[in-house]
Amino acid sequence: MLILDCPCCGVRGEETEFHSGGEAHLKRFGPGSSDDDFHGYLFEKVNPKGVHFERWRHVNGCGKWFHAARCTMTLEVFGTYSAQTLEPPQEIKDKITAKRPGWSWREFS
Amino acid sequence: MKRYSAFAVAREALRYHMGWERAWASPEPKKKYDVIIVGAGGHGLATAYYLGKNFGITNVAILEKGWLGGGNTGRNTTIIRSNYLQDPSAAIYEKSRSLYETLSQDLNYNVMYSPRGVIMLAQTEHEVRGYKRTAHANALQGVSTEFISPQRVKEIVPIINLDGPRYPVLGGLWQARAGTARHDAVAWGFARACSAMGMDIIQKCEVTGVSRDGGKVTGVTTNRGDIACDKLGIVVAGNSGHLADMAGFRLPIESVSLQALVSEPIKPCMDCVVMANTVHGYMSQSDKGEMVIGGGTDGFNSYTQRGSFHHIEETVRALVETFPMVARLKMLRQWGGIVDITGDRSPILSKTPVDGVFINSGWGTGGFKATPGSGWGFAELIAKGHSPLCDEFSLTRFKEGRFIDESVAAGVAH
Repeated sequence: MLILDCPCCGVRGEETEFHSGGEAHLKRFGPGSSDDDFHGYLFEKVNPKGVHFERWRHVNGCGKWFHAARCTMTLEVFGTYSAQTLEPPQEIKDKITAKRPGWSWREFS
Repeated sequence: MKRYSAFAVAREALRYHMGWERAWASPEPKKKYDVIIVGAGGHGLATAYYLGKNFGITNVAILEKGWLGGGNTGRNTTIIRSNYLQDPSAAIYEKSRSLYETLSQDLNYNVMYSPRGVIMLAQTEHEVRGYKRTAHANALQGVSTEFISPQRVKEIVPIINLDGPRYPVLGGLWQARAGTARHDAVAWGFARACSAMGMDIIQKCEVTGVSRDGGKVTGVTTNRGDIACDKLGIVVAGNSGHLADMAGFRLPIESVSLQALVSEPIKPCMDCVVMANTVHGYMSQSDKGEMVIGGGTDGFNSYTQRGSFHHIEETVRALVETFPMVARLKMLRQWGGIVDITGDRSPILSKTPVDGVFINSGWGTGGFKATPGSGWGFAELIAKGHSPLCDEFSLTRFKEGRFIDESVAAGVAH
């Protein structure tokens, strides 16, 4: 069972309280971008076996969006943090490094 | 390979069953093969089988990181049907269903194909319209299905409750020649036939890298050494993204956990497969008497091979509404498998950006039914570079906007 702490309202809940919003920190490409960039943005998700960053929404709670750093092989949650950021905070990255040395995800590591 | 037959059973009965040979060999890997297939599940083995049978390519290795048929081949709910809406889907799934009809004879291995019929219940007006449309489309595609009344549903499935607490049964899409087969036997039968053709099935051999030279594949690195090849077929379901990463390209695929469960065995009570997509549950009865129940996918990426508990609750609730008699059944086992889901819920059978690497993936929640058809088409793709069954399912369809959007396949029901 996946247990998340909502960083917006501070409530801890299990997965039925939340809704996954897919990959986090997407670089968006819209009108005027190349076909390759647009295709990459729409379809080429990272789908990692291990460390993953995702958007989640606290649907049956405060209703706000946030980010979570998680392992897709164990459902271990390394931490949750505000959605108002372009990259994972250093503190979260340090926590992941402590548990999964040598991890990388897109341009982060 | 000694053939299995009634005569063989009688012969062995007279000599204490000491003459049965191993169904397939376990050789050491050679230095080089014409074709390497990664993944000895149903689809991978079927691909190898049809490479040998249809194209005479037998210098083939099938590499498996675990044991043969131990992934989703051994975890699905064994349903076979071909009542899809889109033409490319109907073509490949119906090819597959028709191959199942004679698969036991082709392989000389009893896969226990049982064309017991599949009903997909229509429980909303929207579903009634949707399934009538599918029945009309199937008529044009040459797939035999019909839309039946609630009374006919009750005749076929006496244990059903037509007036459920939430959704009444308003009719059903009935495919009489759909059914089930023994999933392990499909993998074992293909494996035995591949081994008999001289192919090498190498278990406990995990691929750790894909070697390339100037954009062309040259081989794979494994935990049992480097193996060279001219062509590489990746058929690894939930791990497709992982393998694609090694080969240096990305797939429009996300891996999630899908679960199933079975009840204690009971006397025969239902001789077909019933799928209730609105309330999210489907069920059939195995030959052992267990009720085989399919659950839902988790709503987030996962490689855990187990599912969330609340999905079991939802599935069982749906089935108790539909079949009140199952309310007192005990459940025996529950398990999960990692399924590879694409944006349009249709598979990918395609060449890749790496020359010589082919991918067969994205079957999502419904790959078992497609096993022989997928192998047939994918073998043709590997041998000849294109295949009428596979061309529509290419990797480039996402960029080109040619989706094969299977709304029927988008839900839980496969």
